[in-house]
Amino acid sequence: MSTSTLSRPRPQNLRKPGSRTRSNLSGWGFAAPFLVFFLAFLVWPILYGFYMSLTGKSLTGANDSLIGFANYAEALADADMWRSLGNTLYFTVISTVPLVLVALVMAALLNIGLPAQWLWRLSYFAPYLLASTVVSLFFTWMYNPQLGLINEFLTGIGLPRVAWLNDPNVAMWAIVIATLWWTVGFNFLLYLAAMQNIPAQHYEAASLDGAGAWRQFFSITLPQLTPTTVMIVLLQILASLKIFDQVYQMTAGGPGGSTRPVVQYIFETGFTGYRLGYSAAISYIFFGLIVVISVMQFVITRRRSA
Amino acid sequence: MATPTLTRPAPHATTADSLTIRQPRKKLTVGRIAAIVVAAFIAVLWLIPFAWATATAFKTETDAAAPDVTWLPPSGFTPEAFVKVFQDGNIPLWTWNSLYTSAAITAITLVISALVAYALSRIDFRGKKVLMTVIIASIIIPPPVLIIPLFYQMLALNLIDTSWAIILPQVIHPAMVFVLKKFFDQIPRELEEAAVMDGASRLRIFTQIILPLSRPILAAVAIFVFIGAWNNFLWPFIATNDGNLLTLPVGLQTIKSAYGIQYAQNMASALLAALPLIVVFLFFQRQIIKGVATTGLAGT
Repeated sequence: MSTSTLSRPRPQNLRKPGSRTRSNLSGWGFAAPFLVFFLAFLVWPILYGFYMSLTGKSLTGANDSLIGFANYAEALADADMWRSLGNTLYFTVISTVPLVLVALVMAALLNIGLPAQWLWRLSYFAPYLLASTVVSLFFTWMYNPQLGLINEFLTGIGLPRVAWLNDPNVAMWAIVIATLWWTVGFNFLLYLAAMQNIPAQHYEAASLDGAGAWRQFFSITLPQLTPTTVMIVLLQILASLKIFDQVYQMTAGGPGGSTRPVVQYIFETGFTGYRLGYSAAISYIFFGLIVVISVMQFVITRRRSA
Repeated sequence: MATPTLTRPAPHATTADSLTIRQPRKKLTVGRIAAIVVAAFIAVLWLIPFAWATATAFKTETDAAAPDVTWLPPSGFTPEAFVKVFQDGNIPLWTWNSLYTSAAITAITLVISALVAYALSRIDFRGKKVLMTVIIASIIIPPPVLIIPLFYQMLALNLIDTSWAIILPQVIHPAMVFVLKKFFDQIPRELEEAAVMDGASRLRIFTQIILPLSRPILAAVAIFVFIGAWNNFLWPFIATNDGNLLTLPVGLQTIKSAYGIQYAQNMASALLAALPLIVVFLFFQRQIIKGVATTGLAGT
């Protein structure tokens, strides 16, 4: 290994001469508690899960033997698996755009400096503090076809009633709306924090040059926010891919499987269908998808910043 | 809310510490009025679900199920639904379960993450790079992928239907390790040098110099982890069937099916479940916002 003197790492620790072994010991000593949990509850399940996916393991205690990639072959031919993957991707695509855009609008509005900041922040962010079950109860009630507030509003302005959670063409959008209400506050906070960090001088200089508020937003704020936007989009895509709670609680995956995400399919094949091995195989296909998407994101952002 | 000087951000405060809004400019331009109107419109939209749930929760079941949707019910408002929910009474138990499991998860996460983050930041040990790479790589693992093997593991360890099954798998937060490491990296080394000369042990330096200086980031991580644990549904839902161990989100799910079409009771229990974190938020708004923004942004 030829290390040029220029790139030689600076000595990083405060180690006293001759205490290399001690450093090794204390380093691993400090890491040990985390490592124990990390190995036991992350590394082991990941490895064991892969092993399970190669067996016919079931909750009823049957077949523990290795069956190779049969589960994977079956999963790849399983229309329900593809459908649930498709639903997950569909949700991710249609939820990410509003979850980023609405957050940006919210932050931009507050960044102007409105009075009673805490009140705005509270109303935009508070839903994020709720459990999915609470959100689902709220929205199931509001989406109620006969008694729900939303249809009442629609008929009030002369529009037809919508079977929000019972119409296969609408149900996923109903989930997106509830999710937007629930989680947009998180992205909003990230945007707001980033906006607060843009140096005021930029705006002062722009004002002197006669740039109006819109001009300033598009010429200063948005470009300065680009790294934040990239990060929020990436985080949002990964979060949306994991969708389960609100769907399970609001539609149970229906009507007719039209909203069932892949995490629910994993859950059902494992715990309702008792097929742990098969379920693990689907988990790994899903995991593979996430890895592919993450690598794509990584490559794209690398290229952008290069 | 004025923060006392004690919680003043550390010298190397991350971005989100400055999360106070610029002083409102006094001029009321057309643009500003328009912005206020739009902001208010969104705020009202965002508050409606809370308002509607509250209105429903204070109705009689008959009024709640009446075909005419009204904000003001014919028979007036009544706390009946809340009383019923309390009498059927699992909400206090579930709240307690959520509280102590979330507190345990937060405490363990903080301790083990701060320790390993300190090692990664300050100690030069063999294998450090590998360890770092492995932890970074593990950020990508989505928790739902682990439910099947974790469940099987808990079954094998005989931990299903104990609180440990809920707690243990939720204490690993690789991303938070890096948030902490980043913060430790910025603490000037000179602060420790004197202690090193005096022959203080690593552990002593860590607990007496590093940790006290890291309060803001420790609070931020704690808040982030606690909210996540408090609201987690999927894993606690799988890990326990014992009615005495259910956390609030999982318990609520059982109420939903038990009460069926008891709309007022459904909304009353949802509100009761939402209350603790909302109240905490009202008191610690600044810290919570800063905590979420800091740890969220630290992903960059």
